[in-house]
Amino acid sequence: MSDSRRTLIRGAKVLGGRARDVLIDGETVAEVGNGLPAAGADVVEADGLVLLPGLVDLHTHLREPGREDSETVLTGTRAAAAGGFTAVHAMANTFPVADTAGVVEQVWRLGRESGYCDVQPVGAVTVGLEGKQLAELGAMHDSAAGVVVFSDDGKCVDDAVIMRRALEYVKAFGGVIAQHAQEPRLTEGAQMNEGVVSAELGLTGWPAVAEESIIARDVLLAAHVGSRVHVCHLSTAGSVELVRWAKSKGWQVTAEVTPHHLLLTDDLVRSYDPVYKVNPPLRTEADVLALREALADGTIDCVATDHAPHPHEDKDCEWGAAAMGMIGLETALAVVQHTMVDTGLLDWTGVADRMSARPAAIGRLAGQGRPVAPGEPANLTLLDPAHRAVVDPAGFASRSRNSPYRGRELPGRVVHTFLRGRATVKDGELA
Amino acid sequence: MMRHLISATDLTRDDAVLILDTAEELARVADRPIKKLPTLRGRTVVNLFFEDSTRTRISFEAAAKRLSADVINFSAKGSSVSKGESLKDTALTLEAMGADAVVIRHHDSGAPHRLATSGWIGGSVVNAGDGTHEHPTQALLDAFTLRRRLVGGASGGTGADLSGRRVTIVGDILHSRVARSNVHLLTTLGAEVTVVAPPTLLPIGVDHWPCEVSYDLDAVLPKSDAVMMLRVQRERMNAAYFPTEREYARRYGLHGARMARMPEHAVVMPPGPMNRGMEITAEVADSPRCTAVEQVSGGVSVRMAVLYLLLGGAPAAPARLTENLGDRA
Repeated sequence: MSDSRRTLIRGAKVLGGRARDVLIDGETVAEVGNGLPAAGADVVEADGLVLLPGLVDLHTHLREPGREDSETVLTGTRAAAAGGFTAVHAMANTFPVADTAGVVEQVWRLGRESGYCDVQPVGAVTVGLEGKQLAELGAMHDSAAGVVVFSDDGKCVDDAVIMRRALEYVKAFGGVIAQHAQEPRLTEGAQMNEGVVSAELGLTGWPAVAEESIIARDVLLAAHVGSRVHVCHLSTAGSVELVRWAKSKGWQVTAEVTPHHLLLTDDLVRSYDPVYKVNPPLRTEADVLALREALADGTIDCVATDHAPHPHEDKDCEWGAAAMGMIGLETALAVVQHTMVDTGLLDWTGVADRMSARPAAIGRLAGQGRPVAPGEPANLTLLDPAHRAVVDPAGFASRSRNSPYRGRELPGRVVHTFLRGRATVKDGELA
Repeated sequence: MMRHLISATDLTRDDAVLILDTAEELARVADRPIKKLPTLRGRTVVNLFFEDSTRTRISFEAAAKRLSADVINFSAKGSSVSKGESLKDTALTLEAMGADAVVIRHHDSGAPHRLATSGWIGGSVVNAGDGTHEHPTQALLDAFTLRRRLVGGASGGTGADLSGRRVTIVGDILHSRVARSNVHLLTTLGAEVTVVAPPTLLPIGVDHWPCEVSYDLDAVLPKSDAVMMLRVQRERMNAAYFPTEREYARRYGLHGARMARMPEHAVVMPPGPMNRGMEITAEVADSPRCTAVEQVSGGVSVRMAVLYLLLGGAPAAPARLTENLGDRA
């Protein structure tokens, strides 16, 4: 692809602020100003549109290698681009597990070939996600994939000694352990949030304390060894309090929340429709409100999708037999607008921070999550916040359809996505 | 009347009384030399059982047959289901066979709800017990038995509900679909329900149920018109729900001395099947207060009523039914 491409985005509200023109030259932002000349450039009329830095997801399941029936790196990155993302972190729970330099390099290379968004592989903390023996974290870091984030996501690193060692070990190269906080004994056979609704439905409960007890332990461990811990998909009001406390101590603790935990509650499980089955489970209204507040005040650093594609048959069944997880790349920005922006909790500058700058910083991704300013890489997302539409997963770029938002009206639409100056989404369509 | 019976919460007070009254009518069939009505002739009822339950299955089978329905028993064991066939494909097969009603017992909470709402089948779905969720026909037969015993009269309490009657449910509330259905149904019928269990066997969230909660059986017994004992699986001990069988029996089992604390008219509803010596001693199980045997016959009548009302009934069902009975009497 030629680097001589020039694109002029005319009259976009940069981070939701005043209308500005943004000139992209090749892979970088050349100029930001008013009345910039269009000479020789493709012009994108952006009146009323909001320009954000390209979104960065810290938590994506691309399923390749191993479960290409639900998603591939190509289909997953197309879904990411359609959702306004320019970088995703590919979780390690593939088949084989991404616990060696070879697997993470394969995923990284597939991402490069796709061209729709940057794919940063996450490495497993332990061999086979079994929680027993550390994977070769250094080799994964030193590989072409340059792994920084390590996670056994899907499983909790529940052994306190293994967790301690992992936290200590990755200090040598600035790594971070992203913990799926779930005390396994407290969640044996767990099907949904433990509370009023589980009591009524007779589904085995997944208590908040199973998440909170691990977070409490891990922030103390991170403080003790002076390392970085990141809390995946934080889902309870109690977890918010723990992270707030740990941050008040100055400890290196970061946390993410998923869009679905910002909007949906366990009341939906009354339908027994497995599209609402997810791990950690949908919680209560009080949790949802606490999570929104924590994202607004920065206690929770970022939004991460936990995009979890599953084939139709794994959801078209009874609740107990269904797989856990929901797709989210193509609806994340809409849900964040709906729950955070339209409610007045966060402005677009805040969205840029929580969905781009901070996740990029946690993952130490170069060239992502940067300001919209001259000389910066042209990773940009242009959205129409006035648009409203009913979600229809049939039109998704993802290979899977397990969206909990089917039939729900959500605001906002990604109009253009630029990856290093090249449009991956143009006028709402994948380029 | 609704199309499906999934949960006791589906039933209003009038629905529930209608089912019990219909069951009383139908119970008379059992007293005749030919225990059969032509009502559901040509209709197909499938008993789809993913869990072994001989009692419940034969009760539904007897009910359907007494209404002249064709009955197909589909047991998951030894069928295509045990070879990995999904509930959906099983349902589509039953639909293709023209099932008018599917009576389903499933190990997963919510499976009957899913079957009824997924569009896989067009017939009625009757929940015969799903996981730890509900078992509404069991609650109906318990209510039927309680009404006969506590309200009684020549008509078996026809037209009445259980207003003011105090029912205590004892045992593994956490894992009991019978408890969930009974709390809802008996409350709907006006009864005051108390659940009694060690705290480990009560669900988090039980405080939102429409009932009282107690850890102290001895304190509740003198105020009970009926005591329903739930089965406690011995395996629960291994998961630390209680220390030993002996300790459970001492604190929550019903023995002769405890039974003596109950009012004289009060009845005991044993679990089926029961662990004699665990939830209930032989002395109690074999006493005249114990309703075990009448629950079995009541179960057939109640299930006949449910099938009749779901498949053949109209709002004015009891009257019409009586006429039918009159014709054949």
